[in-house]
Amino acid sequence: MPDQLLFAIEVALNGLMTGVLYALVALGFVLIFKASGVFNYAQGVMALFAAMTLVGIQKGQVPFAHLINSIFGTDIHHFGWHVPSIIAIILTAGVMVLFAWIVERYILKHLVNQPEIILFMATIGLTYFMEGFGDLMWGADLKRLDVGLPQGINDMIDITTAEWFGYGFFIDNLDIVATIIAAILVAGLILFSQYTKQGRAMRAVADDHQAALSVGISLRFIWVLVWSLAGFVALVAGMMWGAKSGVQFSLSLIALKALPVLMLGGFTSIPGAIVGGLIIGVGEKLFEFSIGPLIGGATENWFAYVLALLFLVFRPQGLFGEKIIERV
Amino acid sequence: MNQMNAESYVTADGRTIGGVVMEMKNITLRFGGVTAIEDISFDIREGEIRAIIGPNGAGKSSMLNVISGFYVPQEGEVWFHGAPRPKMRPYKVAKQGIARTFQNIALFEGMSVLDNVMTGRLTHMKSGMLSQAMWWGKAQREEFENRAQVEKVIDFLEIQAIRKTPVGRLPYGLKKRVELARALAAEPKLLLLDEPMAGMNVEEKEDMSRFILDVNDEFGTTICLIEHDMGVVMDLSDRVVVMDYGKKIGDGTPNDVRNNQAVIDAYLGVSHD
Repeated sequence: MPDQLLFAIEVALNGLMTGVLYALVALGFVLIFKASGVFNYAQGVMALFAAMTLVGIQKGQVPFAHLINSIFGTDIHHFGWHVPSIIAIILTAGVMVLFAWIVERYILKHLVNQPEIILFMATIGLTYFMEGFGDLMWGADLKRLDVGLPQGINDMIDITTAEWFGYGFFIDNLDIVATIIAAILVAGLILFSQYTKQGRAMRAVADDHQAALSVGISLRFIWVLVWSLAGFVALVAGMMWGAKSGVQFSLSLIALKALPVLMLGGFTSIPGAIVGGLIIGVGEKLFEFSIGPLIGGATENWFAYVLALLFLVFRPQGLFGEKIIERV
Repeated sequence: MNQMNAESYVTADGRTIGGVVMEMKNITLRFGGVTAIEDISFDIREGEIRAIIGPNGAGKSSMLNVISGFYVPQEGEVWFHGAPRPKMRPYKVAKQGIARTFQNIALFEGMSVLDNVMTGRLTHMKSGMLSQAMWWGKAQREEFENRAQVEKVIDFLEIQAIRKTPVGRLPYGLKKRVELARALAAEPKLLLLDEPMAGMNVEEKEDMSRFILDVNDEFGTTICLIEHDMGVVMDLSDRVVVMDYGKKIGDGTPNDVRNNQAVIDAYLGVSHD
């Protein structure tokens, strides 16, 4: 049945695009985990917060409008201007850097040398704080994010495939753009970490804190740097996801999808996060397509986790993770 | 030039030893109730090889950690280049030109030898983040210059063959040498070596001794090293501080120290009562 096959290919392609977004979120986790050993549970909320901030700035919303209005009895909501997308994106990136600095200054700095579980708990606290803080700042309503990315079916692919196979593939323009942007972002990150002095310092800190200090690297600067980078990644992920399905609380839940991606790819590997994201994106769509109908559907809710569980059993360090060998 | 150089002298093998670069003044370091270092003073002169020796647990490594800023002493002052050094973080100490190695080797295992040694140049790279990220003119030129310096150090320590090897795969003796290379790449004003020969066989020890002497001779680097192998230290160093139970029990040329009764007791083991 060539029709079925073509349909499967289309499903796989769409899965690939979803996988890119999973990979982006997972990438944010990997960056922070490598450099500071912190499993940052707040990565998903960071994406949500970045998307909310972007919409807020773009639409000229007054931050903390509800709070201000309640206290002063005023009724202000908007500044009355619209900020162009590109400027709004740059400003939001600035907000994420500020956020990184605050996290380092007021949380991480006080938790140096604490066990990892304490740091993990701190990021859970941070997650819920940011969720509430984001709502307070920009309001909890569902927002539409439009930064001018193309959306809707890509006619060229539709027509070309229809000519070749007699079946037009439905590929969303937004997905294509998201993939391209993600690819550029990842390539940029890899180049940055391999060929610049800050990148080298980042890898050094990821490897050995003591040795890094001894060559003159400031750990605190590197932490602000990686949290900022994770903030950028969250911004991009939030932007893509937000453009696709609106900016709302559920956006922060993509962080939970990043977990199986990390188990698959390894917590310390940037290529791992990408490949893991793609495997899970394609895997869950294909599984839903082929096996779903037999067992009543809704497999996308659990497929990724079960796959990750299987991986943990057979390869606990993930596909690309480092197997840790201690020489005694 | 300045008055520190006033007391300089020339050694028997023709090296010039300058004035005092670093001075420890009445350093006391405690961990809770344990006193690791008790009221120790000594100085390090420019261009010399200064050793700190003593039995296990004497507080040698603690002393090195005080110099490199990893530990902050409760009492006493560290003077560097004729002025008291304010309390500072280890990375700032590194930026002042003090490089070090560690007893248990602290390398970046996942990175290649070349990258490891390149990290030693970080304190010399001044270009900003943006130009780095864009790989702009200045950043690029800087990268090439520093790369050239690193290649010199790599040649000097004879580790060309393993330049691209990830450090994690190297044997112990070579790791020690890479760590030395990383410290040397910083062109330090003061090089601290924490047991550079620990766990080495005789041949490796001889290689390492030769490198230490060559570094001192060719670059004029001031070196402060810790070792508990007496023989090695006596051959290498110009002056020796001897520590035991956190106290200084001897200070002088290798010959002075060898004939010091307190030192002999500490090494041969006399009951402390």
